[in-house]
Amino acid sequence: MSLSLLVLVGVLFAVGTYLLMERSLTRVALGVGVLGNGANLLIVVAGSDSGQAPIVGRPDQLTDPLPQALVLTAIVIGFALLSFVLALAWRNWTITENDGVEDDFEDRSLVSRKEGTAKPGDAPHHEDVAR
Amino acid sequence: MLFVAIVAQFAVGGLTLLGLRRRPANAALIGLVVLASAAAMIVAEGVGVESTPRSRVDWLPALGFNLTLELDGFAVLMSIVVLVLGFGVLLYSLAYFEHDATYARFVGLFMAFAGSMTGVVLAADLFTMFVFWELTSICSFLLIGLNDTSESARKSAVRALLTTGAGGLCLLGGVGILQTELGTTTFAELVKLQPSGALIDAAIVLVLLGAFTKSAQFPFHFWLPGAMAAPTPVSAYLHSATMVKAGIVLLARTSPAFGQSDVWRWWVIVAGITTMVIGGWRALRQTDAKLLLAHSTVSQLGLLTVLVGMGTSTALYAGVAHLLAHAVFKVALFLGVGVIDHELGTRDVTKLAAARIRLPFVTSALVASTLSMAGVIPLFGFVTKEKALVALLDAELGLAGSVALVGVVLGSVLSVAYSVRFLHALLGEVAPDGTRGDDQQNGEHHSSTLIARTLLGAPVIVAATASIVFGFAATQIGKWLVAPSTSLDVLAKSKLVLWPGVNDALIISVVVVAVGAVVGWRVPLAVSASPNSLGERMFDAIYDSILSASKKITQVSQPGSLPIYVVVTTLVVAVAALVGLLRDGMPSFDAFVTDSPLTVSVALLTAVLTVGVAVVSVRFTAAVFLGGVGYGIAVLFLMRGAPDLALTQVLVETLTIVIFLLAMRSMPRNFIPASKWPPKAVRVLVSVAVGVLLPLVALAVYSARRAPSVSDEYFTRSVDEAGGANVVNVILVDFRGFDTMGEITVLAVAALGVVNLVRVAERNRRERAS
Repeated sequence: MSLSLLVLVGVLFAVGTYLLMERSLTRVALGVGVLGNGANLLIVVAGSDSGQAPIVGRPDQLTDPLPQALVLTAIVIGFALLSFVLALAWRNWTITENDGVEDDFEDRSLVSRKEGTAKPGDAPHHEDVAR
Repeated sequence: MLFVAIVAQFAVGGLTLLGLRRRPANAALIGLVVLASAAAMIVAEGVGVESTPRSRVDWLPALGFNLTLELDGFAVLMSIVVLVLGFGVLLYSLAYFEHDATYARFVGLFMAFAGSMTGVVLAADLFTMFVFWELTSICSFLLIGLNDTSESARKSAVRALLTTGAGGLCLLGGVGILQTELGTTTFAELVKLQPSGALIDAAIVLVLLGAFTKSAQFPFHFWLPGAMAAPTPVSAYLHSATMVKAGIVLLARTSPAFGQSDVWRWWVIVAGITTMVIGGWRALRQTDAKLLLAHSTVSQLGLLTVLVGMGTSTALYAGVAHLLAHAVFKVALFLGVGVIDHELGTRDVTKLAAARIRLPFVTSALVASTLSMAGVIPLFGFVTKEKALVALLDAELGLAGSVALVGVVLGSVLSVAYSVRFLHALLGEVAPDGTRGDDQQNGEHHSSTLIARTLLGAPVIVAATASIVFGFAATQIGKWLVAPSTSLDVLAKSKLVLWPGVNDALIISVVVVAVGAVVGWRVPLAVSASPNSLGERMFDAIYDSILSASKKITQVSQPGSLPIYVVVTTLVVAVAALVGLLRDGMPSFDAFVTDSPLTVSVALLTAVLTVGVAVVSVRFTAAVFLGGVGYGIAVLFLMRGAPDLALTQVLVETLTIVIFLLAMRSMPRNFIPASKWPPKAVRVLVSVAVGVLLPLVALAVYSARRAPSVSDEYFTRSVDEAGGANVVNVILVDFRGFDTMGEITVLAVAALGVVNLVRVAERNRRERAS
């Protein structure tokens, strides 16, 4: 276990989380990128010891290939995710000239809405009965 | 064959709703044919045969859940009631709805309901019954809300669905307990086992809750009168003659198995007589004839619950007989009131008297049926009520029996009283203003043709005639009812007679009729004080408080702001990690190895760049810093023996920077400021907490490894099986090839999304430019 890499993981996660709490969509995208790097490094650091590349036939101590296989997939998927977020930011900017992460309108209106006006127990009345 | 009878009805229902929406009358005719042939098939298969026909469809054999149908005596009786009454009501509906746009929906749902109800009565085990039971709840919900523009109809439908649906869930719980405890839910097996014990008592209570909600027993009696928002054919069929009987069917099926338990007996008797008395009392105070009948149905269901659930053989027999009597007279009453409503446009008890001039036959039929409801000799209702009293007198159940007897006598007095009120309405003086005013307002009511009036009147008159004929043929009917009741409980063998001779039951009956007549005649027309019953108000209070509570929870838990969500999520993770670390002790720091100076310096540089991403306020610089972080990590991968990762990382990082620059090219130079909430101190604190706790967790995870890595296996098999020496590559394209395919799919989907988002943005920009 490498202390310097572990500290780096901590820094990456701290910065990534901080950026996710921003208003600017670009900064949120940056946060996604930083967090992705942090997670990849975390898996490699916590999942394997340092060593030679895992190629059969090498003489020295080989490192565990499994975390590498996982992280390789994760890098590519993280890239796909980041591209998508950036495309969203681009679309948002081109259409609305706005780079902010807005609050969800429905949720905000629910918070501010008054209690419903319907009174409990509006009885069915036989005059409403269908025919 | 039994399944065919059910499936055919559903098929007609589906066909009507999908294909024959414009020709509901044709669909109804097909429905009539199906109902009649199903009834004929039931008679042919089930009457006078040696062995009971069964059919079974395996559903979840491993769990012991299969759909099993059985055509024993009780099933024959009940399915004939369901199908024949269904036939009559559907016939009636042809004239009742006329050109109503909702008719197609009615026919479709009606047939689906008839199919579900046939399933309930044919079910050979509790699980099968539960499946069809839920289907009847859904059909009932849709039929009550048939007039979907009326708010009160929708409300009543929701009340009925939630009440019966909750009961259905209880029933499912009961089914689960019985299946796991006894390994079976077949009625015949349950009767044989006579189960008892604490868990069985819990199952009993759950099953009873199911039956009570369905059959509108106290304290769930409130939904049934509300269900009268449905059109008359629906009320007549579902809410008086068949669906509400599903609870009684369930009680009848399970009572021989559980009837000896004290829990069962007390619940059944207390709920039954309370319902009977409350229903009767409220029926007495109604001015709407349909609501009067609805409350009287509640009251009669109470009586049936007591009889069928009490657990003595004679009472069970009396219950089965009264079930038939009630179905026959109540369907006639509902349909008859519907005819008056249809022709005269009123259901007010003070105006019904005009009907006897305009509709003499229907009025006579109503009178006969009302007398049967009151239990007056020589109608069938008298015969069955006598039997019920005899059964209660002979019950020998101690205190429970006495309570039941007193309650039933009190309830019967009220039954007679509201029957007398109804008779008074029918036969009393015609109100001076008559119905002329109504006639003018409802001119179209006169337009009913003779055919329509025949269709409307025929089922009423036939059903009323049945009440009379059954009364005179009581001995024969009684013999026929032996098979149904003995199929429930072998001891439930008894007989019916029209004139029992002077005995205790007859004396009680005479007193009941006399007192009831005086009460009904003398007590002034007391209009119900409140439009809602206590039950309805309680239901609404619970319903509304659940809604407002969930709204409050949503307001708190879902404020709609991304920063707040991130703070909360992160804090939860951090606290969970902290708790774990505190409980299991901090990880040991012995595992660290000395890093090479190169590693330390690259890591340090990367950390500085990372902080830089968050600190700089210029977009472009931040993106470049992010790229730097990526390259730094690529170098670290390379030094740790991960060249594949390093290569991928470099490629991806380059592409990321390009995409960042493309996306940001028209945006302003600086970022917009952060939101006020959460304040910067909180954001920094949360971030630092994660940055400290997560590495500790990673260390703990690293130190927790006990077993060797699965990669040892990959090493040994890599060259032989996959022909590759680079194990990472072999894992990706061979051992875990499907994972890689999933990854590529994700990439492709994301690419499609990106392309579309960009195209939308470009089109928008061009439109604005032009």
